[in-house]
Amino acid sequence: MTELTKLTLADAREGLRRKQFSSTELARAFLAAIEAGNKALNAYVLATPERALAQAKLSDARLAKGDARPLEGLAVGIKDLYCTKGVRTTAGSNILDNFTPTYESTVTQNLWDAGAVMLGKLNCDEFAMGSSNETSCFGPVSSPWRRKGSNVALVPGGSSGGSSAAVAAELCLAATATDTGGSIRQPAAITGTVGIKPTYGRCSRWGIVAFASSLDQAGPIAKTVRDAAIMLRHMASVDPKDSTSVEAPVPDYEAAVGQSIKGLKVGVPKEYRIDGSPKEIEDLWQQGIAWLKAAGASVHEVSLPHTKFALPAYYIVAPAECSSNLARYDGVRYGLRKPGHDLIDTYEATRAAGFGAEVRRRVLIGTYVLSAGYYDAYYIKAQQVRALILRDFTEAFEKVDVLLTPTTPGPAFGIGEVSGDPIQMYLNDIFTVTANMAGVPGISVPAGLSSEGTPLGLQLIGRPFDEATLFRAGQVIEDAAGRFAVPERWWA
Amino acid sequence: MQVDEKTVRRIARLARIKVTDAEAKALEGELSGILDWVKQLDEVDTRNVEPMTRVTPMTLKQRADVVTDGGIADDIVANAPAREDHFFVVPKVVE
Repeated sequence: MTELTKLTLADAREGLRRKQFSSTELARAFLAAIEAGNKALNAYVLATPERALAQAKLSDARLAKGDARPLEGLAVGIKDLYCTKGVRTTAGSNILDNFTPTYESTVTQNLWDAGAVMLGKLNCDEFAMGSSNETSCFGPVSSPWRRKGSNVALVPGGSSGGSSAAVAAELCLAATATDTGGSIRQPAAITGTVGIKPTYGRCSRWGIVAFASSLDQAGPIAKTVRDAAIMLRHMASVDPKDSTSVEAPVPDYEAAVGQSIKGLKVGVPKEYRIDGSPKEIEDLWQQGIAWLKAAGASVHEVSLPHTKFALPAYYIVAPAECSSNLARYDGVRYGLRKPGHDLIDTYEATRAAGFGAEVRRRVLIGTYVLSAGYYDAYYIKAQQVRALILRDFTEAFEKVDVLLTPTTPGPAFGIGEVSGDPIQMYLNDIFTVTANMAGVPGISVPAGLSSEGTPLGLQLIGRPFDEATLFRAGQVIEDAAGRFAVPERWWA
Repeated sequence: MQVDEKTVRRIARLARIKVTDAEAKALEGELSGILDWVKQLDEVDTRNVEPMTRVTPMTLKQRADVVTDGGIADDIVANAPAREDHFFVVPKVVE
């Protein structure tokens, strides 16, 4: 049955409809793979076999009746940032302790309504703050990828590191993820998977543990561009429970997959060529340009002059919003409590014990930049810079239809290799954070291997609500580059 | 150094996070490093630029002011670390 775990989401959908196997068989194959491999990978923080088999049984009944919903019987993993009713949800933080939501996030509800089956909850950086999945209270996730001839454990990226590792290691057909500064696209890029952050407002944020509300977006990590298109269509919705959910029908993204890009205008932003960038990143980029040209697109240099300010502006806006969002963890209503000698002392002891070092650092930065006397100099300044970043994109999209860039400045690094200076870790998001600041959609598609034999991705950034063009151009890259499977299943 | 140990303690107090002496010392350097780095935004001329308030040009949605939920007190206290009936239990705040 292990062969079932190798299927793409689209092929598994086809196999279930043709009755080549049952949803129960599919779920059992993944549960066995999780049982065998999760100890080494640490991708799942909670497997939910009983729930998976119960959902699969219902799916099998519907498939037998010819009453299948769009994702009927397809086994997926859920980032532990999504609230799941009756299933422990931690956001990778000790402060949520054994929090068990009494409600379901809109995105996961959409997936269950479409017939998907939940295998379990996936590891992530604490409150989605990190680029390596090393800040999780459950410990780091190991990427299934290793450097050629080495057994050093590599990071799967972050914050959606459990999602990227689980998809790459075939511990689920696809996974949900979230992206505040690059947390879908960076892990996808360095694990050879596809990840899309849709336009801000496309997926409901309701029931997803909040980090920075003006930047957070849900999206999928999947094996192929088509699988990501299928997932996104059934994650996205118009939701009255999220006031930033945009009132626009969700298109059939899958219909765009495989369509020609003849005549598509592709922009190459010159500011994404940074000093000291490895030659293999530049080569990958040039290769991507050649592939898109060969498929009939025209390529144009464009300028996004405020690019280099996106990351520092992000490290004002995101901590500011996080310090505000995380004020809710008070040890009173849910989660951890460390009793103190009075109420304030209880708050302070609880938050010191419950938050990890990176979360504390960001809450403190956020508190500082929002404090009296500093608000204009930091927060207002950053939001002004953000307006200029959006203006850069708006002007570029008057000339071109889509932008092509590298996803990350380099390949996966080893667990513990980037530590000490927090800014070195933040630089992982240098090419992805701009799309969050402007709210525009971005997809990462596997495009090649580094000199170390580990995956690299290319990013396509589109106009607001033009995810269809990203899937269309993304498929062209996938067709040209091929797919990248982990060479050796060392974990099971 | 943008922030000294005293400032670290003040913002930690505002953020309601207890810090040890060793942590305060380490945070002094870490927070200063980050704040020095974000200072590069001063290079950007933002005169006459409206700060962003939302990324998509939409007006915030409104809905009818009616009750749409309720009667779920059991759910609301279900995850409380200390509770009695439908009340959250907290340390004594009034003598």
